[in-house]
Amino acid sequence: MTTSPQTGAHAIARAIAAPAPARAKTAAASATLRRGQGFQHGGWFVAPFLLLFALFVIWPLLRGVYLSFTDANITGEGASFVGLDNYREALRDPLVWDSLGHSAYFTLLVVPCITVLAFLLAMLAHHIERGKWLWRLCFFAPFLLPSTVAGNLWQWLFNPGTGMVNHVFGLDTPWLTDTSYAMLAIVITTLWWTVGFSFLLYLAALQGIPGHLYEAARLDGANAWHRMVHITLPMLRSITGLVIALQILASLQVFDQAVVMMDFGPGPEESTRTFVQFTLEEGFTSYRVGYASAISVIFFVIIAAVALARMWLLRNREESAR
Amino acid sequence: MTTKAWTPGQILLTFLGTAVSAVFLAPFAWGLFTSLKSETEAVEVPPHWLPEDWTGQAWKALFDSGNITNWFVNSLVVSVCVTSVVLLVSALAGYGFARTEFRGKGVLMGLVMAGLMISPAVLGVPLFTTVQQMGMVDTYWGMILPQCAPAAMVYILYKFFQGIPRELEEAAFIDGAGRWRVFFTIVLPLSRPSLAAVGIFTFIASWNNFLWPYMVTNNPDLMTMPNGIATVMNSYGIQWAQLMAGGLMAGLPLITVFVFFQRQIVAGVAHTGLAGQ
Repeated sequence: MTTSPQTGAHAIARAIAAPAPARAKTAAASATLRRGQGFQHGGWFVAPFLLLFALFVIWPLLRGVYLSFTDANITGEGASFVGLDNYREALRDPLVWDSLGHSAYFTLLVVPCITVLAFLLAMLAHHIERGKWLWRLCFFAPFLLPSTVAGNLWQWLFNPGTGMVNHVFGLDTPWLTDTSYAMLAIVITTLWWTVGFSFLLYLAALQGIPGHLYEAARLDGANAWHRMVHITLPMLRSITGLVIALQILASLQVFDQAVVMMDFGPGPEESTRTFVQFTLEEGFTSYRVGYASAISVIFFVIIAAVALARMWLLRNREESAR
Repeated sequence: MTTKAWTPGQILLTFLGTAVSAVFLAPFAWGLFTSLKSETEAVEVPPHWLPEDWTGQAWKALFDSGNITNWFVNSLVVSVCVTSVVLLVSALAGYGFARTEFRGKGVLMGLVMAGLMISPAVLGVPLFTTVQQMGMVDTYWGMILPQCAPAAMVYILYKFFQGIPRELEEAAFIDGAGRWRVFFTIVLPLSRPSLAAVGIFTFIASWNNFLWPYMVTNNPDLMTMPNGIATVMNSYGIQWAQLMAGGLMAGLPLITVFVFFQRQIVAGVAHTGLAGQ
């Protein structure tokens, strides 16, 4: 998965581990009161999902942890137990740190840009009175492309001689073959491709701000700037938190567009090899499934830490709001 | 309906919106025009937007190679299957968690929450060896089933079902309706917007999914659009005009659908995303 909201469903999912609202408590209370009214024995409802979930999520996770302590190859045969060797090697492997660094660098560039850009586009689309559907279509359409198509399109646009980017801006930049530009090119592609998703979230949030707030402010003589600073921005705080969390989780897992733009290679001087790409190379090119599993487990811990940090922040905010 | 006034502010904003939209649409135009050039014209330096000789060569070559129609059908089969299974399974599970009591519910819900952090990008290699053990590499099953356990969708529907007033169901129970009947005739029809949101989001994600199909298929006949275009068409000396035509083939179905069902899709994506708040 990529940065596509990147966010594929999974990305969203990870970030939505927000604490259940107070409503859940009331629901639970009423469940205890009315138990025996047809709400018991619900196991069959969840059974089909749990079966798939166990087979394709829980089992691979456990298996990954197990494999990470072995020297298994791709066939999985003749693996022997090697204890913590894989983890020890991973911590000393410069490629692990390099690729983690590339994914982190990508994340650092993408997240603030996409958040600001999505907000600005949403403000624009929200405030133009005519043709709302047209703006929405234009800003969101790239998100509907497969990651690989977006990657190919921009690889073609960034092509130094035959591409339009250099031609239009009168540049002579070796976008995809120079270490100082390659990651930037991937970031620009990602912005174009995925900003539409965060844009829609901001647009929905903007439309959800009650109009009477603005009217009241206007009556009190607040100008456009004051209304923006004292109403719009505060009302968008929680959606901004969501957008940032989703983007961090998705961006750390960047893969698709980066490999496509670099012809499935590691980029100039191996400067764009992402963490996911490195894991897959270890597993499927070097056939070191045990080692790749250890790296995956480390990655899982990083992702989980980010997701838990968000939950913790949300809980703190809720408590302080009380 | 009142006509909206062209105030100076609106004129300025509309102008700005048009300019930004042009930037967003330019890559599409570039792709489309490239696909209508000959391969030699496509790589001419310096580049020009419009083809000098408009030609359908690239599109014809694309279809003659035969793969693209296979990939299109595969994409359709996979996305339709994934979407149907996800809708059914996650609606059932969401309802089960929101409204029914059973042993170990708390623990299982915790597991689902943990599942939110797992994706093929994170656990690709062990997931692949699992699917390999099941003998499902290079099969439709192998592509479809691992995409069918989205904890996220269960969680979204779980939150939604919690918001439906219990009294509606209780009234039906008193009238003697069974639980399954209540679920299918009362709960599901009430949940249409949420189900649509989940379905739309799942379909987009699955149609565009690259990483998992890429890992699990080597057979070009079984590839989906994003995968086939990225691997087969990129593998031997890229034919840019053809590649752009293929990319448009992969992207246009969703964009066309979007033009017609914009309201629902926007609501669906926003709803699914906002569930994280």
